[in-house]
Amino acid sequence: MGNKTRIVVIGNGMVGHNFLMGVVEAENGLSDNVEITTFCEESRPAYDRVQLSSYFSGKTADDLSMVTPGFFEENGINLRLNDKAVSVDRKRKVVISQKGDEIPYDKLVMATGSYPFVPPVPGHDNDACFVYRTIDDLEKITAAGKKGKVGVVVGGGLLGLEAAKALRDLGLETNVVEFAPRLMAVQVDDGGGAMLRQKIEELGVNVHLGKNTTNIGPGDQHQLKMSFADGEELETDLIVFSAGIRPQDAIAAECGLEIGQRGGIVIDNQCKTSDKDIYAIGECALWSGQIFGLVAPGYSMARTVVSDLAGEDATFTGADMSTKLKLMGIDVASIGDAHARTPGARIYTYQDGSDEIYKKIVVSEDKKLLLGAILVGDASGYGTLLQYCLNGIELPEHPDSLILPNRSDESVGLGPDALPESAQICSCHDVTKGDVCNAVEAGCTDLGSLKSETKAATGCGGCAALLKSVLDCELEKSGVEVNTDICEHFPHTRQDLYNLVRVEEIKSFDEMLSKHGKGLGCEICKPAIGSILATCWNDYVLKDEHLGLQDTNDTYLANMQKNGTYSVVPRITGGEISPDMLIVLGKVAKKYDLYTKITGGQRVDLFGATVDQLPLIWQELIDAGFETGHAYGKSLRTVKSCVGSTWCRYGVDDSVGLAIELENRYKGLRSPHKIKFAVSGCTRECAEAQSKDIGVIATEKGWNLYVCGNGGMKPRHADLFATDLDKETLIKYIDRVLTFYTRTADRLQRTSVWMENMEGGLDYLKSVIIDDKLGLSEELEAQMQHVVDSYQCEWKTTLADESRLKRFNTFINSDATDENIVFVKERGQIRPALKNDPRSETALAE
Amino acid sequence: MSSAMKNESPQWVDVCSFKDLQPNSGVCALIDGRQIAIFLMSKNEKIYAIDNFDPFGEANVLSRGLIGDLKGEPVVASPLYKQHFNLETGQCLEDEAVKIEAYATRIESQKVQLFI
Ligand code: SRM
Ligand SMILES: Cc1cc2nc3c(=O)[nH]c(=O)nc-3n(C[C@H](O)[C@H](O)[C@H](O)COP(=O)(O)OP(=O)(O)OC[C@H]3O[C@@H](n4cnc5c(N)ncnc54)[C@H](O)[C@@H]3O)c2cc1C
Ligand code: SF4
Ligand code: FES
Repeated sequence: MGNKTRIVVIGNGMVGHNFLMGVVEAENGLSDNVEITTFCEESRPAYDRVQLSSYFSGKTADDLSMVTPGFFEENGINLRLNDKAVSVDRKRKVVISQKGDEIPYDKLVMATGSYPFVPPVPGHDNDACFVYRTIDDLEKITAAGKKGKVGVVVGGGLLGLEAAKALRDLGLETNVVEFAPRLMAVQVDDGGGAMLRQKIEELGVNVHLGKNTTNIGPGDQHQLKMSFADGEELETDLIVFSAGIRPQDAIAAECGLEIGQRGGIVIDNQCKTSDKDIYAIGECALWSGQIFGLVAPGYSMARTVVSDLAGEDATFTGADMSTKLKLMGIDVASIGDAHARTPGARIYTYQDGSDEIYKKIVVSEDKKLLLGAILVGDASGYGTLLQYCLNGIELPEHPDSLILPNRSDESVGLGPDALPESAQICSCHDVTKGDVCNAVEAGCTDLGSLKSETKAATGCGGCAALLKSVLDCELEKSGVEVNTDICEHFPHTRQDLYNLVRVEEIKSFDEMLSKHGKGLGCEICKPAIGSILATCWNDYVLKDEHLGLQDTNDTYLANMQKNGTYSVVPRITGGEISPDMLIVLGKVAKKYDLYTKITGGQRVDLFGATVDQLPLIWQELIDAGFETGHAYGKSLRTVKSCVGSTWCRYGVDDSVGLAIELENRYKGLRSPHKIKFAVSGCTRECAEAQSKDIGVIATEKGWNLYVCGNGGMKPRHADLFATDLDKETLIKYIDRVLTFYTRTADRLQRTSVWMENMEGGLDYLKSVIIDDKLGLSEELEAQMQHVVDSYQCEWKTTLADESRLKRFNTFINSDATDENIVFVKERGQIRPALKNDPRSETALAE
Repeated sequence: MSSAMKNESPQWVDVCSFKDLQPNSGVCALIDGRQIAIFLMSKNEKIYAIDNFDPFGEANVLSRGLIGDLKGEPVVASPLYKQHFNLETGQCLEDEAVKIEAYATRIESQKVQLFI
């Protein structure tokens, strides 16, 4: 205590918190000499208000928090949560809190932000009227949205459109009511506004322009009725006001600080108010007659105050108000002098009515400098245009080339190399190209470390693409190759390793490590090399020299579940199964009390087996004629089928028969990632073959082959590869495609991504597989034939060798079971117990 | 759960025979109600022992993880969510605040012993 400077911060919003972080992280030791108290009127400390709307798409309050756990405690900051500062006594230098305490200060920082403006229309204070500023507001809107059908947003600016999206996400029929004759009046012009309106209406939001609300009263069909000056009416169940913000300057005004004519606490270039011991930062501050309604300028103010407190020189010099957003999936951007207010300014516009794109640039009289821009529908040029504008880079001879669609191959983009050192890359954290280059030079050679070192791209994220291109460019310049090594143990790509295995006939990981690697290996290179060895030589995967290479699931030939138990998935080729085999599955599941489910791959999954039960269960299944389904492996999974011509009135060929044949052919193949097939009996495509790595559809004249589709995280439709094939040719092509894939794909790369990254894409693949451009066909086929001929059921091999079974004991020195595995019943079957489930008595007794 | 305190006066105890270990992989032993994962790294001929409980996945699974090294530190990767634990110290590499028990090991007349 004693002679430390007491700092009190009013408001723990985005900027207030950024200030606290600035003090804590300051390299000048500021944090050792100060004692900080911060007021936080809200019920939770700072959170990311910019991302507020993502609360509706599933983010929680925790996700949005800007406070790292323990931040206040560890840095000795006194957080007054749920406490509002009600007044400031400047003579005695104390802040008086709502709870009645007096907090003395040496320096006071006002970071009170702003509040939403609600027009004083009669009825504006109805219970069904809301604002859009805090998480609490959003919780209230959500609750009201559940009860109603229709919602209205008053205000068609940036935030209003965001709020409209939120109401849509809540499933409400949504209306935007705007006073001005266009949307986003501040940022865009009439042309851009019209395009924006068209796009937004297509999304099912009704837009009402030029509407002046005169009354809000009770409705007939809905909760409320809005009346407008033009005599029209609109009924709704709730209203969200988003008609602008006003600086939160009440306490500043009351204690006599200078306030702007239209509100805002007046500050100078050091962010000091008219009292030299009081600063104001963020949206409550008025600098040179301007309020900044964006977070980045607030952060620069916070930085200025941190420096000023430490006695360093720093000035706040205003901020760029360019913005880029993705509103309801629509790109909108505005840069600089978008409305061409600079004398002599010239305008170029480009409008594409079919793809709904609107672009405008504003240039100086001599056509040398970019002054401003508006982009609607396609904001991909934002980064480049912004750099021209901010850094005064001379424009190309024909400035319109910057917004005209690029129909030749030459790029008009501004390479990162052309940017000056002073170019700002990240506006949220004020990171320049120079800062990025220094960090790269100091050893940040990947995006992750660059972000944590410079903070760039950790705010709104809008600069991430530019940051990456600066990084790549710098790395290239300094001769650092972008590292494609599989991991620290091997200076090779997966494809290199594959070639080494084949060319040098390497048969084990140890051999590979001693010839080409270093260290002990890890969970990246071991499974990758294990998989390559299996693809090439097709040994039993649990042979002593291979066992330690397999991913955990492969080592136990089963998929591990969240509680450490396993699932059992026998192969059911083509999804065809006899009643007797079904009965076996039922009996086994019942005997071992396994949760039973039909999978999305047309087979049956039995869940909840403990590791020691696996051999017992599999013995029974193998005895009944089942085989392993490789559900655990990066290998062929399933070949789905539709019922096909045998039963279906439309079927033109036997899709089940072909599916079974294909599954039996490729079932032993280990590959860079899993492989899925499907076969449909006609073009109705009931087996969804076009979403698979290999898809086959029957035609009147044979089979159509589709390749490189997938579902999962990023679905991709398969491409038609060849048509009307006879079965022999079909199988040849599949042999070749799959072998070529296992040879050249990266680890954990599905066929879809493999093809997308292949130079020449589908055409190239066709030329290799169909036209045999590389003269590889025979080799590829022979290699696949080797895999087919050397197939073995891994479970059968395992069960036949007593010595392999010891590993399936839960404990090496005891017959006990794992008491942490507890099940409860749900809908008549077991499931893993959750923390809050009442534990059964047996479990308690243990 | 297996978070019993470490023994007050540790001593060497027999666990299993050397042959019971799985080269380049793990097994699990139960000692006084505590599950311990024991790994045999063939390349450097070392035996490591750490708790079997994965504090992230909250399941007894570490003995079934892949082993290897990262920047020279011997590690196991949890089979559930792939966090790495140093096999000598039990320190989690991804989260400084998480450290599990690690135990000294030795071979005495073909028996694997742990200091516990
Ligand atoms: C059981 C099943 C869900 C179900 O109850 O239906 C399932 C379960 C799992 N899927 Fe799946 N997937 C299942 C069908 C699918 C399908 C549908 C299909 O095959 O027609 C898809 C989308 C199609 C596709 O793959 O293109 C699918 C896309 C995924 C993905 C995303 C792959 C991608 O490329 O994006 C993963 C993650 C991965 O592989 O990295 C995944 C991973 C998993 C894992 C292995 C997750 C894990 O590592 O623990 C699940 C464990 C299974 C277990 O413990 O037994 N599963 N999974 C289905 C098993 C089918 C089978 O009989 O073998
Ligand atoms: C939905 C939405 C989307 C947005 N999108 C963007 C965007 O894309 N890009 C962008 O740059 N900006 C965006 N903004 C604006 C951005 O959130 C603000 O610029 C930023 O939050 C300003 O920070 P601040 O700290 O000044 O104010 P705030 O974050 O509002 O923080 C002020 C805090 O002070 C508290 N407070 C006020 N008075 C007192 C008192 N007397 N005692 C105690 N506490 C008090 C308030 O309760 C509040 O918690 C968006 C805002 C909203 C609402
Ligand atoms: S894809 Fe064709 S044959 Fe197969 S079930 Fe559908 S309609 Fe019938
Ligand atoms: S510009 Fe927002 S994170 Fe960089």
